[in-house]
Amino acid sequence: MMKKPIIFSEFFRNNGVLMGSALMGLVGFWLIFLVLLPQLSMLDFSFRYNLPVAEQGGPKDVYTLKNYMYLLYGSDSSHSTFNTVDLLVFVRTIIAAIAVTIFNIFLCYPLAYYLGQSKGSGFVRILVVLLIIPYWINEILRAFALRIIFGQTGMLNETLMFLHLIQEPIDFIRQDIALYAGLGYAYILLMLFPMYNVIESLDRNQIEAARDMGASWVHIHRRIVIPHAKPGIVSGATMVFMLSAGALAAPQILGGPSSLWFTQLVYQWFYESNNWQQGAAYAIVLLIATISVVLFVMKIFKVNMGDIGK
Amino acid sequence: MSSQNLIRIALGAYLVIFFSYLLGPLVIMSLTAFNSPGFPSVSPWECFTYEWFDVLIRDKHIRDGIINSVIIGIGTVILSVSMGLAASIVLSQIWARFRSTFYTLIIAPILIPGVVLGISTLVFWDRFGGFLGMSDGSMLGSLFHNGIFLTILGQSSFIASYTMLVFVARMQRFDPILNEAALDLGATHTQAFRKILLPFMRPAIASAAVLAFLASFENYNTTTFTIVDYKTLTTVLAQKVRLGINPSISSLAFVIIVLTIFAALIFEAVNRNKARKEAIRTGKEVEKKASVLPAFMRGNPAAFGVVLLSFIVIVMFGTAMKHSPAECKAQVFEAKQVEIKRRIEALKEKRRLKIEAQGGTRPATGAAKPGTGSSSNGSFGGVFAPSNLNNTQGD
Repeated sequence: MMKKPIIFSEFFRNNGVLMGSALMGLVGFWLIFLVLLPQLSMLDFSFRYNLPVAEQGGPKDVYTLKNYMYLLYGSDSSHSTFNTVDLLVFVRTIIAAIAVTIFNIFLCYPLAYYLGQSKGSGFVRILVVLLIIPYWINEILRAFALRIIFGQTGMLNETLMFLHLIQEPIDFIRQDIALYAGLGYAYILLMLFPMYNVIESLDRNQIEAARDMGASWVHIHRRIVIPHAKPGIVSGATMVFMLSAGALAAPQILGGPSSLWFTQLVYQWFYESNNWQQGAAYAIVLLIATISVVLFVMKIFKVNMGDIGK
Repeated sequence: MSSQNLIRIALGAYLVIFFSYLLGPLVIMSLTAFNSPGFPSVSPWECFTYEWFDVLIRDKHIRDGIINSVIIGIGTVILSVSMGLAASIVLSQIWARFRSTFYTLIIAPILIPGVVLGISTLVFWDRFGGFLGMSDGSMLGSLFHNGIFLTILGQSSFIASYTMLVFVARMQRFDPILNEAALDLGATHTQAFRKILLPFMRPAIASAAVLAFLASFENYNTTTFTIVDYKTLTTVLAQKVRLGINPSISSLAFVIIVLTIFAALIFEAVNRNKARKEAIRTGKEVEKKASVLPAFMRGNPAAFGVVLLSFIVIVMFGTAMKHSPAECKAQVFEAKQVEIKRRIEALKEKRRLKIEAQGGTRPATGAAKPGTGSSSNGSFGGVFAPSNLNNTQGD
């Protein structure tokens, strides 16, 4: 606490009063008004009753755990049966997001290695340009593209039926195949680019040296490439996991009528039930769950926050 | 040698699979924009048409959405670029002990799900207005419930982190001695910022602004909560896709894809041109004079691609003015009518045969029927029961 004035005075001496306060003002506005206070406000809000406007701030406006209890037990006031529908959706969202992340790691690693280690030939540059194009296509349009393919009379069904592999069209959407393919598709490039960047910085001589000394192909990857690429892999995995667990467009467009994603429950509380407090509570649960998974994984693989976003 | 070949084949197969997973859906979506059926599909291919582009242009919701998206994008660029730049400057000066904490704080918004950011922004400004005691009618009160204002704030909260990353990368190469020299020579801090740091950061500011605009333009998760009663392109699209899809959305996607390819090719072409000029200047490469191609396209496939793509787009515009699918559509319609008629005839024929066959056997089985058959055979005299069908076919 005593240190703070010294830092500030030094900061202002370095930047001048005008520039110093402009910088401080911008950063302060961002962190306090756009990040910190909104999160705290939402947290506070999630502990309140959904009251009509007239009763807000009145005697009934007290703190409650009701919104969180609802996720656990549903509308059952005796708390004897669990809210299996919502809890299942929650567990499914987290597990599916993890599965999507792992799938993306395995799919992207070979390409990242190939691109990173072949030194800027024309072919590789064309591949990188080809990768950038889908990166800038809207998430909704990409989900829409998959919906065209996975529909009842979509491309995939027509092809399979044409090849006589199936007799009846498969309902990919109702069976959630479309949803998982869509989630895997949506954020794959956020896995590829961080991986590519770190593997590109790996000195080729290390691999050559290992090969000369007789290391096997598996050995080279396990001992040299993967340890070097770890920050990139974890950074990409974090982004993909967070974005898939928090995805809203893909489940809305590719999900079947009965299958739900946790974000869709939040959306429903806001827009269909008009119960913002309940929605805020669900959002808090989602936030805490996803951040805990990420911190846990970062702890296991000994990667720190500074590596994210590189 | 054979294992080398095997690896090469496996790599090739893998590349083909990866890129068809990535690009295949986009190609198919683009094709559906030119097929006439009301449901986007490539097979059966009916008529080549541009009518979905026409539908798209006439769509008022999409037009309004694009306008709002652009307004929000500009606001987000201004806010997030200035906040990101300020944060990167503070990060470069802050005490080493606080650096990692501060970095965690400014990178954290990337890790918060967009849905959560949208909700928290919506809830906070709603309550902040109430806290300041503002009624809904007052100017600030309505500002805090304005979808465009809230969306700019909500999106900037995490897009500023992206821009900050761009600035930090550039800032690492900045020499603080330059700044000190300027200050020693009597410049004010504001002057030093404007004349030294800002010019140095200009390329980073440009790329951060592009990044911020694109991130804002295509954001859905945060926007859908903060937009309230306005509409952006993404929320309009999401609504359309959920309510029922038609190829005009494919045509929008096609336009976006073509624009993206253009931008990527131009960027690549400019880069290559720069690299080539640099190589010629340093004497690593000699300029080839005897070439049919104009100077900017020499040794530059990307520039060639830009020209080719422009040519294709111009040709498409030209044919779009003239091309009319009406004739083809009439043919398809006729073919469908014929097909339907044929099916009806076939059905009629089948039924006639059935009745004839049954008519032939009825006298024989008729006596037994009321007693044994009515309970098991159900309605329609059992015409549709499988056993009867077999009987008639057998006859």
